Amino acid sequence: MTAGVAGLWVVDLREVALGLGDDCLVLSHRLAEWTTHAPELEEEMALANLALDLLGQARSLLTLAGEADGRDEDHLAYWRDDRDFHNLLLVEQPNGDFAVTMTRQLLFSTFQELLYRGMAAGTEPRLAAIAAKGVMEARYHVEHARLWVQRLGGGTEESHRRMCRALDLLWPYTRELFEPTESWSRAADQGAVPPLSSLEEPWRHSIESLLADSDLEIPGFPAWQSGGRLGRHSEHLGHLLAEMQHLHRSHPNASW
Amino acid sequence: MGGPAEQPDFRSVSHAEDWPLWEVFLRGRRGLSHQHVGSLHAPDPELALQNARDLYTRRGEGVSIWVVRSTEVHASDPDDQGPLFDPPSDKAYRHPTFYSVPEDLQL
Amino acid sequence: MPPTNSDESRDLAFQEAIDADRTVEPRDWMPERYRSTMVRQIAQHAHSEIIGMQPEGNWITRAPSLRRKAILLAKVQDEAGHGLYLYAAAETLGVERRELTELLITGRQKYSSIFNYPTLTWADVGAIGWLVDGAAITNQLALTKTSYGPYARAMVRICREESFHQRQGFELLSELSRGTAAQHEMAQDAVNRWWWPALMMFGPPDTESPNTAQSMAWKIKRVSNDDLRQRFVDMTVPQAQALALDLPDPQLRWNDARDHYDFGPIDWEEFRQVVSGHGACNAQRIAVRRAADEDGAWVREAARAWEGRQSSRTSAA
Ligand SMILES: [Fe+2]
Ligand SMILES: [Fe+2]
Repeated sequence: MTAGVAGLWVVDLREVALGLGDDCLVLSHRLAEWTTHAPELEEEMALANLALDLLGQARSLLTLAGEADGRDEDHLAYWRDDRDFHNLLLVEQPNGDFAVTMTRQLLFSTFQELLYRGMAAGTEPRLAAIAAKGVMEARYHVEHARLWVQRLGGGTEESHRRMCRALDLLWPYTRELFEPTESWSRAADQGAVPPLSSLEEPWRHSIESLLADSDLEIPGFPAWQSGGRLGRHSEHLGHLLAEMQHLHRSHPNASW
Repeated sequence: MGGPAEQPDFRSVSHAEDWPLWEVFLRGRRGLSHQHVGSLHAPDPELALQNARDLYTRRGEGVSIWVVRSTEVHASDPDDQGPLFDPPSDKAYRHPTFYSVPEDLQL
Repeated sequence: MPPTNSDESRDLAFQEAIDADRTVEPRDWMPERYRSTMVRQIAQHAHSEIIGMQPEGNWITRAPSLRRKAILLAKVQDEAGHGLYLYAAAETLGVERRELTELLITGRQKYSSIFNYPTLTWADVGAIGWLVDGAAITNQLALTKTSYGPYARAMVRICREESFHQRQGFELLSELSRGTAAQHEMAQDAVNRWWWPALMMFGPPDTESPNTAQSMAWKIKRVSNDDLRQRFVDMTVPQAQALALDLPDPQLRWNDARDHYDFGPIDWEEFRQVVSGHGACNAQRIAVRRAADEDGAWVREAARAWEGRQSSRTSAA
């Protein structure tokens, strides 16, 4: 094994970048599925912006992840099967209704903003640069999701009911956010990324205070799910990848 | 673009199920004043600001955004300008081109 | 109300102002027929932008590279923006977006028929960008000088964005055309299917276009259907040569005497079929729009209810 610029093992850097890149790629894909279905045209614009921001981050992170063994962003996006994807289970969950989509965004983007803040101040310059740009975008995503969760939680009886269901549905996937892989722990020891345990408290506080403001609460007794970072996914990811990869794989060696 | 807000004339009654209309003003860069760029629908000021950012600054067009409920814009009546469609040309002295200055002078 | 002398003199003054290239602004007096024609034209244009998101949106989740995916997503998002600019322009004439949406999803107002054709392969995304956006730009450049101010200004903004659309379509096709044999074939097939519908986008021939004379007099329309169509053909033929793709018209050739390309007859019967609702995707396009509207109703309502509660809380405090 060779050490990276800042002493970070190449293999750990690759795995960290791949996991974060896959989060962005898969969530961006889910958001893009909203195209032409948004509840209002103004929201059509907003959802596309979220998807575009995340796609941009995915491309930077996958490019970095593929550097060591010469695989480019497209190779990583289109030629891996779901067992080789390292994204969180949360981001691959289907869009459901607008309440599910905004809840998923709130839970993920709040996490991502905290993570990027830590990484932007970290010791690995390329990760830090990607995070420094991404943190501005994540900040906006959090803001957008918070506005909507507040409005849906405190809107009508129906929107409130849908928000409760969305929280019940997605909360079980939130513990995984704070479970480090071995690579992550080593990268954190090197100061390249923040220890995930340090993010949990501010994340929970941020979400809890918003939910309290929105007549909502954190569901009790969730059946925790995890495994995405290690390639054990929900059934949903395979279908997402089948759609995403089909055309590219039908024309091997073609360029687009 | 510029000029006063392009507000609808208010003959039609507001539909209860529609979000209200907002006028959007952008400051293109520091040193410029806000200019009217268009309008959009939003349920409240916070989302109006976000929607304005998404709609009118996708290509980095602005550094500062104002949103104003369209119903809060009070516009002058174009018919008050005198005879219909007559350009207000009676105060030419207000315009710099009214004054002749030596051509080699920077003024 | 029967026309009175003063109505007639207003009509006359209005026409004189238009003849003098004076822009009409929202609160100006205008003939009712001008207003309703303008509302209908802007609304149909807005609907076209929104419905037009669907054929290309169909390929976003299958885009064959991440770069292409980003470009396509941004492009389709732009079209939503165009729809928004245009609905806003229509609203300055005293209609509301909700009414126009209702007219669209109940099939009472039309949109450009081109979007009732299906996108069968990835190359269709390129063909749409190159030909459909290309035709749209030709049309819209002429409209930047239309007499109604808000519409003209929306067109200026839209045209700025459209040039990116046409370029990305051209570039996409050029990559396919120079790519593998299968890719080249895909590109040619798409051009074969989109060429004639693109020519129909300019509308029926001038001889059969009843509204043209009045629209020209009011400067709502600045260039006739046939002139725009010719302009588009002249611009596109050399581009097709650069792409190494054939345009599916054996009669297409340069005419020195006219200083234009001649082209074959357009199948107006097909056009009428699609306009009257018998295109491949008419029902599907409307159904998608209607579903989005219905599925979003509870969201829009929740935001309104929340806002109502906030304002009553503030006024109570
Ligand atoms: Fe457009
Ligand atoms: Fe376009």
